[in-house]
Amino acid sequence: MEHKNKFLRNLFIILVFIFLYLPIAVLVIYSFNKAKTNIVFTGFTTKWYTELFKNRDLLEAFINTIIIAVTSTVTSTVIGTTAAVGLYKYKFLGKNFVNKLLYIPIIIPEIVLGIALLSVYTLMNLNLGMFTLILSHIAFSIPFVITSVRSTLSDTTKKIEEAAEDLGASKFKVFKEITLPLIRPGVISGATLAFTLSMDDVVISYFTAGPGSNTLPLKIYSMIKTGITPDVNALTSLMLLTVIIILTISIIYQSRKIRKKVVA
Amino acid sequence: MNKKLDLFKNISLWPVVIYSFVLILLPLLYILFLSFCETDYVGGINYHFSIVNYLTIIDSTYLLIFAKSALIGIITTLICLVIAYPFAIFLMDKKEEVRNALIKLVMIPFLTNSLIRTYGWIVLLRKNGIINNGLTSLNIIKEPLSLMYNNIGIIIGMVYTLLPFMILPVYAAVNKLDPNLIKAAKDLGANKFHVFKDIIFKETISGAFNGSLMVFIPAIGYFFISDILGGGKQMIIGNLIKDQFLTARNWPFGSAISIFLIIVTFLLVRVYKKIGGNIDELGGM
Repeated sequence: MEHKNKFLRNLFIILVFIFLYLPIAVLVIYSFNKAKTNIVFTGFTTKWYTELFKNRDLLEAFINTIIIAVTSTVTSTVIGTTAAVGLYKYKFLGKNFVNKLLYIPIIIPEIVLGIALLSVYTLMNLNLGMFTLILSHIAFSIPFVITSVRSTLSDTTKKIEEAAEDLGASKFKVFKEITLPLIRPGVISGATLAFTLSMDDVVISYFTAGPGSNTLPLKIYSMIKTGITPDVNALTSLMLLTVIIILTISIIYQSRKIRKKVVA
Repeated sequence: MNKKLDLFKNISLWPVVIYSFVLILLPLLYILFLSFCETDYVGGINYHFSIVNYLTIIDSTYLLIFAKSALIGIITTLICLVIAYPFAIFLMDKKEEVRNALIKLVMIPFLTNSLIRTYGWIVLLRKNGIINNGLTSLNIIKEPLSLMYNNIGIIIGMVYTLLPFMILPVYAAVNKLDPNLIKAAKDLGANKFHVFKDIIFKETISGAFNGSLMVFIPAIGYFFISDILGGGKQMIIGNLIKDQFLTARNWPFGSAISIFLIIVTFLLVRVYKKIGGNIDELGGM
């Protein structure tokens, strides 16, 4: 009875993962399909991978997407981390109001933020393109970084900081040597979240990109109407492979650190 | 005591203050302003006060789209809840390292863009797609099923794209439960259904509501899913707003619908706070 129960529970977990990975798995499999249409599997080939490196337009879209993700992640992590510390440490006029504003991008529908940003860029006469894309991605990432960092700040961090300041360390030194190591998990998870949200985003990019921009979601959106070529499948597989490699390294690195701690 | 200029304070606070005013407050105030203007019907804006856009919202054709979006959002949210709860509860049997690794696995698909994954669903769901081909070759069905270009396709796409946003808060809430509480209830003779209803669900309701907000709110706005899997005929609020901004170029009306959505969102967050939800945990992953 108990045994059967355990089996059913594990089966449920496996089914959820199959559901989550099914559409990606399909694309990975079809990236090795000889036929150009994603309907019948006619034979194994790796030609779409070489084809991918000839498709300048698609590669450019991918590189732009990475540039946007990296730039917006770095910027929003720096601003978000220092802001979380500053908002925790200091009192100032309007602090409550700023805190309330920071929740808005997290809760309102992305499409509303997207059209609101588009409207303001138009009002300011900004040309839509890479710059507005990066700015918009920073705009929706900062609040997530702040919430993530805030969750690692506590009275204890505050007390240690104060002790260091009393001993004569400058505020910057305290931030660098005391605060940052203490809040590191929050910073890392905030940055990961910012990067993930940026890579995944369709809605905000759709409105703030402008006609000349070439990013992955826009490229694929236009291809869905005209027909997706198998080199997109190849690109998806490579993206997934990269993520898995990075994740494996980070898991090994983390478990090593835990082991080191145990030994020490 | 220390009256001199605090450089760290300035450096840490000015960027976020400027950001929150320029990239959050200003855009929202501007669409609030636009929502009280009128279109000049050639894509421009007539800057004189009018509430015509808000009156148009109450028009029956638009109300129908709102009702349909809400229904799709609610169905999506319920399906996500039904999947996320057992998933989170069953995960509790696992060791902590295994649990952490599995939760990371939930997030990985996000790093390939959600549009690519939605495209994956086309390959699976269309008339000559993998699911239909598989089922017909196994002789389970004779005619291919209509799995996309309709509401079923939209709901599959929404559940798929938003499920992780339900799993994470529900898992976080279930993870915080005291296992002794459940054990005690079982020892006292409570059946599984009562353990779930009276203990697990009761204690994790704010996590469930957190996830529901994170699923329901995007679900009424994700125009690309209804565009692709609904075949462009099935409109939700997201498509309506998108069309007002990019095709019909009636920005004032699009802004009015957006303001309406913001009000709905704020009301839902209020309910979340009322039932004891922590606003800092919203959207936390």
